[in-house]
Amino acid sequence: MAKKYEKPVILKVQTGMMNKFGSSPYYTRKVRTEIDGVAINELVEKFGSPLFVFSETALRQKYRAYYNSFSTRYPNVAFGWSYKTNYLPAVCSILHQEGAIAEVVSEMEYDKARSIGIPGDKIIFNGPYKNLSALEKAVKEGAMINIDHFDEIYDLEKVADKLKKKIKVGMRVNMDTGIYPQWSRFGLNLDSGQAMDAVKRMVSKGKLVLNGLHCHIGTFILEPNAYAVEIEKMIKFGYEVEEKFKMKIEYYDIGGGFPSKSKLKGTYQEPDVMIPSVDEYAESISTSLFRNLRGGDLPKLYLETGRAIVDEAGYLITSIIASKRLPDGRKSYIADAGVNLLYTSFWYKYNIEIDRQVDGTNEPAIINGPLCMNIDVIEEGRLLPPMEKGTRLILSPVGAYNVTQWMQFIEFRPNVVLIGTNKEVDIIREAEDLSDITRREKLPERLKLNLNSP
Amino acid sequence: MNRLSKLAVNSEGFIFDPTTGDSYTVNPTGLFIINSLRDGKEIDQIAEELSKEFEDTPEEISKDISEFVSHLYTYNLY
Repeated sequence: MAKKYEKPVILKVQTGMMNKFGSSPYYTRKVRTEIDGVAINELVEKFGSPLFVFSETALRQKYRAYYNSFSTRYPNVAFGWSYKTNYLPAVCSILHQEGAIAEVVSEMEYDKARSIGIPGDKIIFNGPYKNLSALEKAVKEGAMINIDHFDEIYDLEKVADKLKKKIKVGMRVNMDTGIYPQWSRFGLNLDSGQAMDAVKRMVSKGKLVLNGLHCHIGTFILEPNAYAVEIEKMIKFGYEVEEKFKMKIEYYDIGGGFPSKSKLKGTYQEPDVMIPSVDEYAESISTSLFRNLRGGDLPKLYLETGRAIVDEAGYLITSIIASKRLPDGRKSYIADAGVNLLYTSFWYKYNIEIDRQVDGTNEPAIINGPLCMNIDVIEEGRLLPPMEKGTRLILSPVGAYNVTQWMQFIEFRPNVVLIGTNKEVDIIREAEDLSDITRREKLPERLKLNLNSP
Repeated sequence: MNRLSKLAVNSEGFIFDPTTGDSYTVNPTGLFIINSLRDGKEIDQIAEELSKEFEDTPEEISKDISEFVSHLYTYNLY
C-alpha cells in the first residue's frame, strides 16, 4: 500500500535545548472542530472567513462566576460592564441581563449604553474626557460621574450652577499599590495630597457633594494583593473625608484590571499556571474590605470587569491563504486575518487551534496577516504542522478589546456572530463592504474623474 | 547538490552532516526528495515519482518540493 503523503519537512536536531515536548506534534497540536457545538466548517460556510465568534454560554458563565465569587464574600456588590472592552450591543445586553450596569468612558459610549436601553442612573461615567454637554446630560440623567481631574470639577460646578442643584459625584484617585507600572495618569493622586485638595475645593464651593471613590490600578494585574492595598488606602481616605467634611462615601469603585486566561508576551508559564483564580481576587478584596471598614459600614462595592469576562468568550476563525519558506528557514503562513482585526496580538500570544488533524512534523512557523504591511504578524513563532491552503485556525481568547480597537485598514471588517445557549447562531455585527467606507467620504466636484471625455 | 552527496542519510530519515557535525530529521516525503536530489533528479521528475509513491498527493506538489529545497538551502545543505 502506498504511504500517505505529508508535506516534506526537515528539522535540525537541537541538543541541549529545552525541547522535551517542544517538537512533538502530539503534545503541542490542538484541534478544534466546533465552538459550543456548532461546527467550524458550518460557521465559515455560512458567515465567511475571517469570522469573530462569541459564545453566549461562556459570557454568562464567566459573569456568574465573578458575581458569585464576590457576592458570596461581600453583601453589597455590583458590576459595571466595561464598554470599551466590547461594546457590541448583543454582548452588552447579555451582561446587562445578567445584572451588570454600564461603565463608560466617553460620550459615545454613554450614548451607546442609553441607546440599548440602560437608564442614566445605571451608568458609571469615567474617563479623562467628558465634555460639558456630556456632563450636563449625565447629571440630568442621574449617572454616577467619577471626576478625573480639576478641570472637570470646574465644569461640573458650571453644570451645577446652570441646573441650580447640588451634584453628587465620585472621584477617581490614583496611588502606589506596589505594582509596576503605577497608573498615575488618571484621577487625582492620593499619596501626594492632590486628591484631598480636590475634595477641599468641592467643599469650599459647595456645589458638588462627594459620595464615591473610584480607582483603577492597572491592567492584567496578576497580584491579588495589589487590590487589597488599593482598598485599604481608599477606605482610609474615605473615612478621612467623612470625618473632615461630614460627607458619606456611599460607594467604592475599585475598577477592573483582572486578567483573562491569555498569554502575555514575554511570560514563560501557561496562563493556567500564571493567572490567579477569581476566588483569589475576591478573597483578597473582601478580606481587605472587612479589615478596613468600620463595623456596620457596608458601602457599595463596584467592580468594572471587562477583559476577565469577555475575553475567553471570543474566538476568531481565520483561514490559511498561502504559505512560503522564509530565507531564515522559518515557515510563514499567510492568514486572512491580521493586526487590523487583532489589536491585542501586539501584547498577547493566542491559543492556536487547527480545524482538522494535520499529519506531519511540527516546525517553527510565523503567521502573517493579509495586510501589505511588514508589521502584520499575528504569531511570531510557533511550532505548527505543515498546513494546507484553506486550513482554518481558531485563535482565542480574542473577545476583549479586539472588536472595539480593530481597524478598517486595507481590508473590511468581517462578520461577528454569537452562538446562543441553544446553539442558535446570529450575526451581531455585519461584515463591512465598500459602502461603509465611502459613505462618509466626500469628493469635491472639481476632482471628479471623467476619463471618458476627450 | 555537492553538499547533499556528502550527507549520511539513513533509511528512517536521520541525517548527519559530517562537515558541520549537525544532525537533521526528515519525514518520509522529505527523505524521498533528498534521495531523489542525491540521484540528480529534477523537481518535475521528483514530483511525478512522489505522486506514484505516496497516496493523496496534492496538486501543488511541485510547490511543496520547491519550498523544501529552499529549506535545505537555508540549512546550507543544497
